[in-house]
Amino acid sequence: MPRPSRLHVPRTPARPGEAPDFSYVRLSPAGGVPRPDVVTAAADIESLSVDLIRVLDEEHRAVGPWNPHLDIDILQVALRHMMLTRVFDDRMLRTQRQGKISFYMKSTGEEAVAIAAAMALRPSDMLFPSYRQQGLQFVRGAKLVELMCQLLSNTRDMCKGRQLPVMYHSVPGRLFSISGNLATQFPQAVGWAMAAAIKGEDDVAASWIGEGSSAEADFHHALLFASVYRAPVILNVVNNQWAISTFQGYAGGEQSSFAARGPGYGIPGLRVDGNDFLAVYAATEWAAERARKGAGATLIELVTYRAAAHSTSDEPSRYRPKEDAERWPLGDPVERLKGHLILLGEWSEQRHATLIGELEQQVAAAWAEASTYGTLTDGPRLDRDLMFEDVFKEMPAHLVEQRELLRRERS
Amino acid sequence: MAQMNMIQALNAAMDIALGKDPSVVVLGEDVGYFGGVFRVTDGLQRKYGQHRVLDTPIAEGGIVAAAIGMGVNGLRPVAEIQFADYIYPAYDQIVSELARLRYRSAGAFSAPVTIRTPCGGGIRGGQTHSQSPEAIFAHVCGIKLVMPSNPYDAKGLLIAAIEDDDPVLFLEPKRLYNGPFDGDPGKPAVPWSTHPKGEVPDGHYTVPIGKAEVVRAGDDITVISYGTMVHVAQAAAASLGLDAEVIDVRTFVPLDVETLVASVQKTGRCLIAHEATRFGGFGAELIATIQERCFWQLEAPIERVCGWDTPYPHAFEWEYFPGQARVAAALTRVMEAG
Repeated sequence: MPRPSRLHVPRTPARPGEAPDFSYVRLSPAGGVPRPDVVTAAADIESLSVDLIRVLDEEHRAVGPWNPHLDIDILQVALRHMMLTRVFDDRMLRTQRQGKISFYMKSTGEEAVAIAAAMALRPSDMLFPSYRQQGLQFVRGAKLVELMCQLLSNTRDMCKGRQLPVMYHSVPGRLFSISGNLATQFPQAVGWAMAAAIKGEDDVAASWIGEGSSAEADFHHALLFASVYRAPVILNVVNNQWAISTFQGYAGGEQSSFAARGPGYGIPGLRVDGNDFLAVYAATEWAAERARKGAGATLIELVTYRAAAHSTSDEPSRYRPKEDAERWPLGDPVERLKGHLILLGEWSEQRHATLIGELEQQVAAAWAEASTYGTLTDGPRLDRDLMFEDVFKEMPAHLVEQRELLRRERS
Repeated sequence: MAQMNMIQALNAAMDIALGKDPSVVVLGEDVGYFGGVFRVTDGLQRKYGQHRVLDTPIAEGGIVAAAIGMGVNGLRPVAEIQFADYIYPAYDQIVSELARLRYRSAGAFSAPVTIRTPCGGGIRGGQTHSQSPEAIFAHVCGIKLVMPSNPYDAKGLLIAAIEDDDPVLFLEPKRLYNGPFDGDPGKPAVPWSTHPKGEVPDGHYTVPIGKAEVVRAGDDITVISYGTMVHVAQAAAASLGLDAEVIDVRTFVPLDVETLVASVQKTGRCLIAHEATRFGGFGAELIATIQERCFWQLEAPIERVCGWDTPYPHAFEWEYFPGQARVAAALTRVMEAG
């Protein structure tokens, strides 16, 4: 007998009070996925969008064809960047709790995603991040004080007080202005890459969105334009499992991987262990080389876990088990790279602890300096006249008039 | 009667609608298990199940489009857009589809969709969590447009919106969710239990769409406002000791012209206050309508107090927000003119 249709609702694996369940995460052994030539047609490597590219194994060894064989000093720099990201995030969360900044978003557990990609790219490549890739900033040489002044909306704020905290940008760092609206940067990165191709330059663009935001139409605009024009762009979906309270199944992750959307557009999809620095580095390197050879875009899904709250306005214990993060099967990206370096005899628990102390001091010193330029609660404030600037390149008469009205209000 | 804040009142409205009419469904980002980022749908999925209260993908265009399809197929969807600032990916579906469906099909198709969305500033949300987009939607033909300023109206208007056979865009001033706000961020927050409109009937009732409310009768001047600014305007008028007639617009479309005109014909003076940017704002429509019908009774030019014509800046929230001082100065000008 035929049955009436029944609405399917994605099943969330575990809610508060239930045991964490990651049986849905399809794993491959480290080193178990082949690394094809970078100009291979998408249709010939569809399995890469289903399997999981991993380099670091359970014993912290780097194995298999995706091992990027990086020098020790590069690995040590990478570990430092990741540790700095974590120390910075922890400290900025505390300042938010103290009322010094209005809002913050941590990237804890996802540090490898940004650090590895930025290190694998050239400094001239253009980056279009979402709000959770602060690691890109550190690799691209941002000063801690400079980032903090943005968080503080103070007199040295690069955004002149106009944006929420973490919505940074950097012209010398080639980091596009972050938008609070989701997924908008994804097709913009494709346009940037199209322009690079039009101009005959070999810079590539890279963009990041969450798996939750991949539900927006802009995700599909990005893939379509990237496919049609074979744009030199790397499109990264950071699958950190949670879009605020909704599990990745609500973004379509239940039926297939996010990387698998690439082959449908004729774009290779790489599904990558996002907590494995070496795997993220290698995948980015592969995609960048492909783009620079004129073979077009790559969609990379970075499988990771948002260990922190979505933002300081969020309370994850309301919607997921408390012990979820520690049970995440791909571990912690900092611990894994640290383990690898220790195995190589190039790092130690002692050096690790010392470095944390140094980074904490560095962040504290930067905070002390940034605070002298003003905080939400005290110190110098930006000139209010700035509110009316940059709406247009030249200020039109009605804004000149409104600026004058506000000045008079103050006197 | 019960004491409710606006969140509880809106929740109660949906609870009643879901309970009364099996065709009502609620959908949106984080609205189900979590109960919404502002807790407005808290507990509804637990009570009515996952087929009546649906968590959706982060796709505003998809949410509204799916709501239209559901509405065409006999359901009565209540869609939440998490912040009004995020409604624009759905703009085409609202403007070209939802609003015009009845018209273009000569009544053959329509979708009784309600779209709820929190709007307005005052919560340190910066340019992406503070916008007041009412004028952008008021210009669209075929969608009713509502904004309550208190829990009593919120519940009654939301039930009316859900039961309305036309689409309704329902704007919720989020600064008022937990209490009335007179525009002074330095003062301690005041709960709705201190306000008469925090008193909300338990059961079903409606506040009619298309009716403004005179929230304070007076003879000196008519102050027309809506949302958060209703409270700011009242406080500003009180601070000057004016016998102001304060009107809460409540519904932008269709506009209650009669109430506005009757008041201005009586007082002869008018000030309009809204938080949205000034240029092309809803205040312009109000002024045009009032001067057409009250020109010979006016004793002074009608003034507008609005947000500046800039995006909502994070660092200058209270310089941007048209607070009591700005409203009071404008009231004084209008009173002294002519």
